Amino acid sequence: MKYELTCINCPMGCRITADYDGKEVTNIQGYTCARGKAYAQTEITDPTRMVTALVGVEGRRAPLSVKTRSPIRKPLIFDALDVIRKTTVCAPVKIGDVVIENLLGSGVDVIATENVD
Amino acid sequence: MRNTDILIIGGGPAGLAAAVGAYEAGARDILILEREERLGGILKQCIHNGFGLHTFKEELTGPEYAQRFIDKVEAYQIPYQCETMVLDVSPEKVVTCVSRKNGLEHIQAKAVILCMGCRERPRGSLATPGERCPGVYTAGTAQKFTNLEGMMPGKEVVILGSGDIGLIMARRMTFLGAKVHACVELMPFSSGLKRNIVQCLDDFGIPLLLSHTVVDIHGREHLEGVTVAEVGPDLKPIPGTEQYFPCDTLLLSVGLIPENELSEMAGVEIAPSTSGAVVDESLQTSVAGIFSCGNVLHVHDLVDFVSEEATKAGANAWQYVQGSLPESGRKVPVQMGFGVGGIVPQFVSDKAEGNVSFMFRPRNVYRGARVIVELDGTQILSKKTMILAPGEMVNLSIPAEKLQPLADAQAITVRIEVPEA
Repeated sequence: MKYELTCINCPMGCRITADYDGKEVTNIQGYTCARGKAYAQTEITDPTRMVTALVGVEGRRAPLSVKTRSPIRKPLIFDALDVIRKTTVCAPVKIGDVVIENLLGSGVDVIATENVD
Repeated sequence: MRNTDILIIGGGPAGLAAAVGAYEAGARDILILEREERLGGILKQCIHNGFGLHTFKEELTGPEYAQRFIDKVEAYQIPYQCETMVLDVSPEKVVTCVSRKNGLEHIQAKAVILCMGCRERPRGSLATPGERCPGVYTAGTAQKFTNLEGMMPGKEVVILGSGDIGLIMARRMTFLGAKVHACVELMPFSSGLKRNIVQCLDDFGIPLLLSHTVVDIHGREHLEGVTVAEVGPDLKPIPGTEQYFPCDTLLLSVGLIPENELSEMAGVEIAPSTSGAVVDESLQTSVAGIFSCGNVLHVHDLVDFVSEEATKAGANAWQYVQGSLPESGRKVPVQMGFGVGGIVPQFVSDKAEGNVSFMFRPRNVYRGARVIVELDGTQILSKKTMILAPGEMVNLSIPAEKLQPLADAQAITVRIEVPEA
């Protein structure tokens, strides 16, 4: 299958094309540095994203901001958001507190990114 | 009247770093005035990650980045007053402010650091025809609703402008269950980071319509849709290219304007190219003892550079209070040559010491160009670049000794040299 992507490493934004048969990325073209080639490789075979989101806090309208401690696999994003949306926490919360353990079995925790007294 | 050595107006990223910078340089009598309920400024609502890669070598979210500085302010026991609105700053550095707690106050400062940040260009500045119906928001306002208030402005969204806040909000609205139909950009290129275009638009199949704009806004009781048209090289809509997008929300991400009303009250000279104060290399404005830094001085792309600049402003303000800031002698103007916009500083004192940093915005996209700095026509720096773009501020640091002899110099010129085709 043919892939077309934009490298995100610098403002050049190189348009990279490559082929992927489910096993191996071949024919990577359009990159202008090593970072671009590496980006294409991972972005095609195993794209990941940090997810930042909001959870409810008991007894107040303002939500609590949270993030995945590390990037999760891209196809998991919307399922992850569903789980996060249904979560509420009780104050007090500190930055780094675990809000959801092992999100969807990904091995990645969701942690608080702000303090609530 | 209360007195303080250093008064900082604004408790966002610039104000916090200015306070920390002043304290670490030796100042102890510092006061931060903040109009909102708590410190942190715009970072409070920027819950996405990507902040602090330069400063902390890790990617933090906005609230986490702000907290790093708030923790320092608390640890140093620097006083701050939230829910306090500054109404006036005089050239004599008397600051008038009002709060529910203390009522009206006049505070005499020895030095003032302006850290008021910027605001978003509103709909009124765009001259877009159409109904004046609810449903049109600046992207930052919508961000405040979703991230701080826990409320959704709407479900069917079009975004005008492809600045980073607009891109970030495209993803946030998508995450919160809305459908973003398009991001519409007047220019043939986006001013947003490539990373945001890929991770906020491409990831969710949101089309980026370059060289397009909103030409009509429809809806009486509430927004019902917008008409989008392609524009020509003159940026004027091309008749016959109109398409209608039904939507209940139009978000504007069309630029930021430094918030300099207080600066002007203090008599601070404003530069047309940045809409911020005219400063020398110490970040001192045209009014002695009044300093400016962060987005009120010029709109930055990265908070890390705001912190860096503000730390310097804080340290210099303390030097000024002590009378040890090198007396600014003759000021050599910094001129913008080809391709250079919004340069800071606008002047370099002939007594400049250490490294002098210059920041500017390229006026266009230039590939393989050189950035050149000249002193009275003699080249003192020539730096090759892969790509320059208006969305990425250029930051040059030059040792003051390279800028010599400044004593008789007429001008420093910063320009871009494009390779011949």
